[in-house]
Amino acid sequence: MALTKEQVLHVAKLARLALSDDEIEKFQRQLSVILDHAEKVMALADDGVPATAHALPLSNVFREDVAEPCLPQDKALSTAPESEQGRFKVPRIMEDPT
Amino acid sequence: MSELWQLSATEIAMRIANGEISAVEVAEAHNARIEALEPEINAFITPTPDIARAQAKAIDERRATGAPLPPLAGVPLALKDVICVDGVRTTAGSRILDAYVPPYSGTVVHMLADAGTLLVGKANMDEFAMGSSTENSAYGVTKNPWDLARVPGGSSGGSAAAVAAGMAPIGIGTDTGGSIRQPASLCGVVGMKPTYGRVSRYGLIAFASSLDQIGPFARNVRDTALLLNAIAGHDPKDSTSIPDPVPQYLDGLDAGIDGLRIGIVKESLSEGTQPGVAGRFKDAIETLTSLGGEVEEVSLPSFAHALSAYYLIAPAECSSNLARYDGVRYGMRADAPTVSEMNARTRAQGFGDEVKRRVMLGTYALSAGYYDAYYGKAQKVRTLVIRDFDEAYQKFDILVSPTSPTTAFKIGEKADDPLAMYLNDLFTIPSNLAGAPAISIPCGLAEDGLPVGLQIMGPLLSESLLLRAAFAYESARGPAERPPL
Amino acid sequence: MNYEAVIGLECHVELNTESKMFCGCPTTFGGEPNTRTCPVCLGEPGSLPVPNRRAVESTMMIGLALGCRVAPHSLFHRKNYFYPDMPKNYQISQYDLPLCIGGRLDVEVAGTKTTVGITRVHLEEDTGKSLHIGTTGRISEAKYSLVDYNRAGIPLVEVVSEPDIRSAAEAQRYVAELRSILEALGVSDVRMEEGSMRCDANISMREPGGEFGTKVEIKNLNSIRSVGRALTFEIERQRKALEAGQALLQETRHFDESSGVTKTLRSKEEAFDYRYFPEPDLLPISATADWVSALESSLPELPQARRARLAAEHGLSVEQAHAVGASVASTGYFEGTVAAGANGRDAAVWMAGELGRALNNAGVGIQDARVSPAQLADLIRLVGAETVNLNTAKRVFQMAFESGDDPGVIIGREGMAQVSDEGALATAIAAVVASNATEVERFRAGEEKVFGFLVGQVMRETKGKANPALVNDLLRKVLTTGGA
Repeated sequence: MALTKEQVLHVAKLARLALSDDEIEKFQRQLSVILDHAEKVMALADDGVPATAHALPLSNVFREDVAEPCLPQDKALSTAPESEQGRFKVPRIMEDPT
Repeated sequence: MSELWQLSATEIAMRIANGEISAVEVAEAHNARIEALEPEINAFITPTPDIARAQAKAIDERRATGAPLPPLAGVPLALKDVICVDGVRTTAGSRILDAYVPPYSGTVVHMLADAGTLLVGKANMDEFAMGSSTENSAYGVTKNPWDLARVPGGSSGGSAAAVAAGMAPIGIGTDTGGSIRQPASLCGVVGMKPTYGRVSRYGLIAFASSLDQIGPFARNVRDTALLLNAIAGHDPKDSTSIPDPVPQYLDGLDAGIDGLRIGIVKESLSEGTQPGVAGRFKDAIETLTSLGGEVEEVSLPSFAHALSAYYLIAPAECSSNLARYDGVRYGMRADAPTVSEMNARTRAQGFGDEVKRRVMLGTYALSAGYYDAYYGKAQKVRTLVIRDFDEAYQKFDILVSPTSPTTAFKIGEKADDPLAMYLNDLFTIPSNLAGAPAISIPCGLAEDGLPVGLQIMGPLLSESLLLRAAFAYESARGPAERPPL
Repeated sequence: MNYEAVIGLECHVELNTESKMFCGCPTTFGGEPNTRTCPVCLGEPGSLPVPNRRAVESTMMIGLALGCRVAPHSLFHRKNYFYPDMPKNYQISQYDLPLCIGGRLDVEVAGTKTTVGITRVHLEEDTGKSLHIGTTGRISEAKYSLVDYNRAGIPLVEVVSEPDIRSAAEAQRYVAELRSILEALGVSDVRMEEGSMRCDANISMREPGGEFGTKVEIKNLNSIRSVGRALTFEIERQRKALEAGQALLQETRHFDESSGVTKTLRSKEEAFDYRYFPEPDLLPISATADWVSALESSLPELPQARRARLAAEHGLSVEQAHAVGASVASTGYFEGTVAAGANGRDAAVWMAGELGRALNNAGVGIQDARVSPAQLADLIRLVGAETVNLNTAKRVFQMAFESGDDPGVIIGREGMAQVSDEGALATAIAAVVASNATEVERFRAGEEKVFGFLVGQVMRETKGKANPALVNDLLRKVLTTGGA
């Protein structure tokens, strides 16, 4: 299927990518080709086939509820682009959480 | 007498244990080799000569005390830069992690240190392991040691090239759709993707979590087995890790393949396969037959569809896995007045073209209204691939195919055609979808003088069998050709 | 038009496990920011989650206590959206295969019982907390924000009800009952004020039995009182709008505690596309029959059963059983008091009266009461034995609550024992009769109600210690026989 420019813009917003006009045009073209190809193949899998999320026949893997040592604060923050008062500093948050 | 950099891991470990050579000498020889070749090859994003030297010194001191040495004591190792090492820059080949120094080490990093290996460098790779050529690295393409105008394959191209060029006898890569086996094939070395869950993924920067698997590179099968033993095993930090005990992969390595039922995947003999590749593959079949293998063709119809399923599943998972690179906690940050703009600009500036393409593709495939048509369907195709394999393994012990349809291609040749690039993974992807192990071993040079790889696939946890078959083949054919360096 | 409210609640409960949902970081409150974190809960590249067994079992127990079926096969999914307090920019949650499905919770308001269906109980991870730096600390006026991931990854259970609730009072009762059940299970601290339990409400209006109206969601109600206030306001707002012929918008609203009104947070058009898909880093959970029945048999006594038992065993009224059986601690206090010899009804009266007041005034929970169950039983015994009268006993209780001293010791030390000595009482009565001649005259003229006043004067004369029954007898005798 051919993607519209609006769809590409919507996906870029969901993916938090500030794309250039050129990129939007390019991805609109390339994604359409890839999806077109995929759709033909996908037609093979009918509704009777179950989905495989995990190739391994494993289940019920847990850890016991035991507290373990944490990273020291300075190490936790060592990778931060910016920090203040022991916290990760970010620009203004305009949206409320979900 | 060979140079130290020409020795296999087995020989290095043996000579150090015997006291013939010191680990420091080995480290320096490889450090020097890297320094000499790096300007041409660019196999490493971050060479770590000081770490190798310090680890070597510790090995020599340990030997001096008379304490027993671990199996890979003093063996230099190239580690794909997608695995976190505490205190050592880890980029995943991406600009977005250019300055990232992880506060922890992955499980295999601890295991490799315990096994006595010397870390000579963090190897180059396609950004976030997305690619088949290392052209997607933010740190420049790695050149194929056989022909510097050609790619080494990818995404683990740096590790494969380093091992091929004698910068390290062994290397670690990761394989999501062929990213160990394809560069092993293109560089003329051995590369193995173990069963999904056999090697812990803890500390491996994720591309597609349900497919990613860490595995070994070496110049021969015995070294591959040794290295796999060093990294395989259950890890309580990885929920998808397999609890089964790990066999000694060297045990029975030389037991031969007399009577082994070998299926040739018919779908891999298509017209798209380069004649020289098909030729060497035919030679390999003859060798396997001469060793007592019972060879027959087998059809796996879903083999051809695996690629499309893969190019929906992997991007979908990557779109979620890569969401964390947002400029908040680590990595690069672009300036912006609000956090959402900062996220979007950081990601636009920090990610390369292929990563953006796959994030876009995966986001779309998971978005409202499309899940069933794309991701859901792809997971059903995955079931079909597994069924085809299961059926084949009723009749065969192992399956074989060429690893890649072509030999190493020219740098830039496929850079503008994502679909053509994706076709490199046609024969390797099915094993990832099935979670099953597969190995690529050199099977000679094609008409263009470049190496060709033979892929051997087996059912879940059949690593011992694959190594045995590969060892029998390698022993019959003789040592693999080496690049002219 | 006569509209009825249609309400469903989604309650989020932080479990009280030792460690987080997917890593070993401790869940303890307080501590410097970002000191309860590790590569996993910081979302460091390459880190992987491993689920906490106790969190999974606690969720199953909540489901079982609510009459749900534990799903034989369940999965974790990723819920994808960007927000800086969420380290991976996806939340590990559950989607179409939750741990528990299909239960019920009975609530009773003003003697009317309603059964609220439970849609599902699922498990997810909590997010970190942002501090908004600016003039007021409000998100909209902040200059920048600071993020602390100490709370990121705390196990969070979501209990989703069917839209079976019809009033703010029922909603409050539902939340209180749910809280009581969680407390009985011991799986959560259920301290709403610390955020360990919070609710979202979905509300629409309809003509009784008619089609559902436009649904509005109110986010983050963090106390039972807020649930009541927000819903009361929202029901009125929607009713007025409908009566005025206005169409309601499908939207998400926020309840402003200070003004008591709900305000638009975002409209439906801005709704998120969460791109749920199975979490590939985690394996399925298969709840075997053995596992589920082991959990089921480990369930403690639940509030409804507890109240019925207390009422039956001790002859308590419905209200008394509710009050005494409100919590595990309260039930323990009650049973301790009875075990120390008190009659159940007396214990219930004291707990609802003096003890409740004292706890309220001191702002502490029953587990911190300074009067032990044994001390209360002792005080009840002293009243029964007429060592102190009831009014004095209440003062003794107050003093015991403040000092922690034994009631008997206080009575002895303060000379508060009841005066039943007829000689001493006769002296006091004589004094009252002498100084209240007018009232005595009025009583003798047939004005019976003055008697109570005179009794009160005698009690005052004896500093409240007189045996009231004896004072009654003696005073009446004196007044009617004309003595003194």
